[in-house]
Amino acid sequence: MKPQERQFTVRPRYFHRIFQSIFPDPIMPQSEQERKRYLIKNLILHFRPATVPIKTLRLSLTWALGGMATVLVLLQFGTGLLLKFVYEPTPVGAYNSILVLQNEVVFGQLIRNIHHWSANLLVLMVFLHMLRVFFTGAFHPPRQFNWIIGLGLFGLVLIANFTGYLLPYDQLSYWAVTVSTGMLEYIPFIGAQLQEILRGSGDIGPATLSIFFAIHTAVIPFGLVVLMAFHFWRTRKAGGLVIFRAPGIEMEVKPFRVPTLPNLLVREVVVALVLFASILIFSMVFNAPLEGKANPGLSPNPTKAPWYFVGIQEMLMHFHPLFAIFIIPILATIALLSIPYCNYQSNTSGVWFASHTGRVTAFTAALTAMLATPVGILTDAYIIDIAAWLPVLPPLIENGLIPFSVILGGCVGFYIFIKKKYGALSNEAIQAVFVLILIAFLILTVTGVWFRGPGMSLSWPF
Amino acid sequence: MSKLKKEHELYNAEKTTSRRSFLNKLWIGFGIVALAEFIGVVIAFLMPRKTKANAGAFGTIIEAGPEDKFPFDSVTAFVRGKFYLSRLEDGGFLALSCKCTHLGCTVPWSDKEKKFVCPCHASSFDIRGEVVSPPAPRALDIYRLYIENNIVKVDTGKRIKRGEFRTDQAVYPKQD
Repeated sequence: MKPQERQFTVRPRYFHRIFQSIFPDPIMPQSEQERKRYLIKNLILHFRPATVPIKTLRLSLTWALGGMATVLVLLQFGTGLLLKFVYEPTPVGAYNSILVLQNEVVFGQLIRNIHHWSANLLVLMVFLHMLRVFFTGAFHPPRQFNWIIGLGLFGLVLIANFTGYLLPYDQLSYWAVTVSTGMLEYIPFIGAQLQEILRGSGDIGPATLSIFFAIHTAVIPFGLVVLMAFHFWRTRKAGGLVIFRAPGIEMEVKPFRVPTLPNLLVREVVVALVLFASILIFSMVFNAPLEGKANPGLSPNPTKAPWYFVGIQEMLMHFHPLFAIFIIPILATIALLSIPYCNYQSNTSGVWFASHTGRVTAFTAALTAMLATPVGILTDAYIIDIAAWLPVLPPLIENGLIPFSVILGGCVGFYIFIKKKYGALSNEAIQAVFVLILIAFLILTVTGVWFRGPGMSLSWPF
Repeated sequence: MSKLKKEHELYNAEKTTSRRSFLNKLWIGFGIVALAEFIGVVIAFLMPRKTKANAGAFGTIIEAGPEDKFPFDSVTAFVRGKFYLSRLEDGGFLALSCKCTHLGCTVPWSDKEKKFVCPCHASSFDIRGEVVSPPAPRALDIYRLYIENNIVKVDTGKRIKRGEFRTDQAVYPKQD
């Protein structure tokens, strides 16, 4: 006791003691043992599992998509926080504050560019991550509910993007949001009410801007933090990611695991840095778009929804609004939610495209959609005119029920065809229908983005 | 063992029938009511506020001008009131909303083509607001219009939805 006390009074080492109280463990753990301890003791690293199955580290399993989405969300938090200091959420002030941000604030344009491009990239990343999870069968037990949480996150990211779209209050955002919220009116019974709640009044105006600003800067970030934590936690409870295996190989019961630090963390940091550097360079070269100040009296021609909603807008060209905006999206959402709960004949976790047959059927589905969708769009635009052929039918039937039944019948028929022709399991047939609809939707989006010119008529992008 | 079982049964019986279980249920009930109240507060808070400008209220009536100022078969835009005053070939007046009934874009009048063409999804409407080409599901909304002392006035307080054009929607100047 005594000698220690004496030493204490001789050398107080204040800095060392304060530092020790904040970081009780070595900052740079040297041995394996120390690293393991460090991971558990460190608040931030504590989020990560202590060990991970070595096979889940390969890039060709995950393509680091979930990790990149996480990095982008963090980047959005950081840049969004900065933007909030300059932005003014009023119709009069919003556009001017963007101009101030771009022209007067030091690095203002760069921060806005990063926020803009990361937001768009985030939609893409989350979408690709969802596809990766689907095509590696990572929605089978015990990961069923995590698929649902993931869909919730996807929804939040879409809402975040959409609410952010309005904030600059330029012509692009004003009319895109007018069109998108205009779609709500077609939801039966509650549509008009819902639209008014979202807009805060009959038209896009001051109330809309403050509602969107509140959702964008408070509701979404909070929701993202909660759901992301939930998502990661469920991943850990499932014992990590799905373990890659070739078709026909049994699932590993006790996979060989390696410590997260350094194996996983180093990879994550590399991905994060490469992604960050790429976005930085991209944002230095390309500015986020900004058009003229919003003018409620003049719709630009053509007016398009944000690109991730263009697929739905394209459906509006072919279906009655009740189907394009309500029935089809609702059915698609239900279908996505029910993916983990369908009756599957086998658990294909970790096998790309479920099996050899799955690969063939998925390819067939993709080809079918690539042929059928453009043909469908073109015939609907230039040949089919049920309204002229059968003028007695109300629009809801001729432009809604008939084309919808044709599409639905096509999907059901395709499911049966795949099962009969390839002797496919339900896994493979469901996957084939998913691919069919996915590719069709992608082609609709591409058509809407690049092949719709003035007056929304079909035209070449160049 | 049997004694224990008996106690257990007694406890269970007590649990379902006793005052305690009643009070427990009561508390849960109160909790649900309180939760419902909070949700109600949130919903009421978030509801859009009632606009003060109702039909006929101050500031919603726009004087378009003397009736002979508008030639037959013509359309005049009123930016402030967000409507078009359209005069039909037979001299009737209609106050058409400038919002497309499809998704709410502003439709410009094309004098050359003699129709409104929506820039968003290519819906078009004729001078009476009737749908010429879809996807617009119904004719352009109209506002109440009346003629007082040969002055055309439009009440922009309330938009009137309509499926299609009917002759009684047009307002005709009094023939002297």
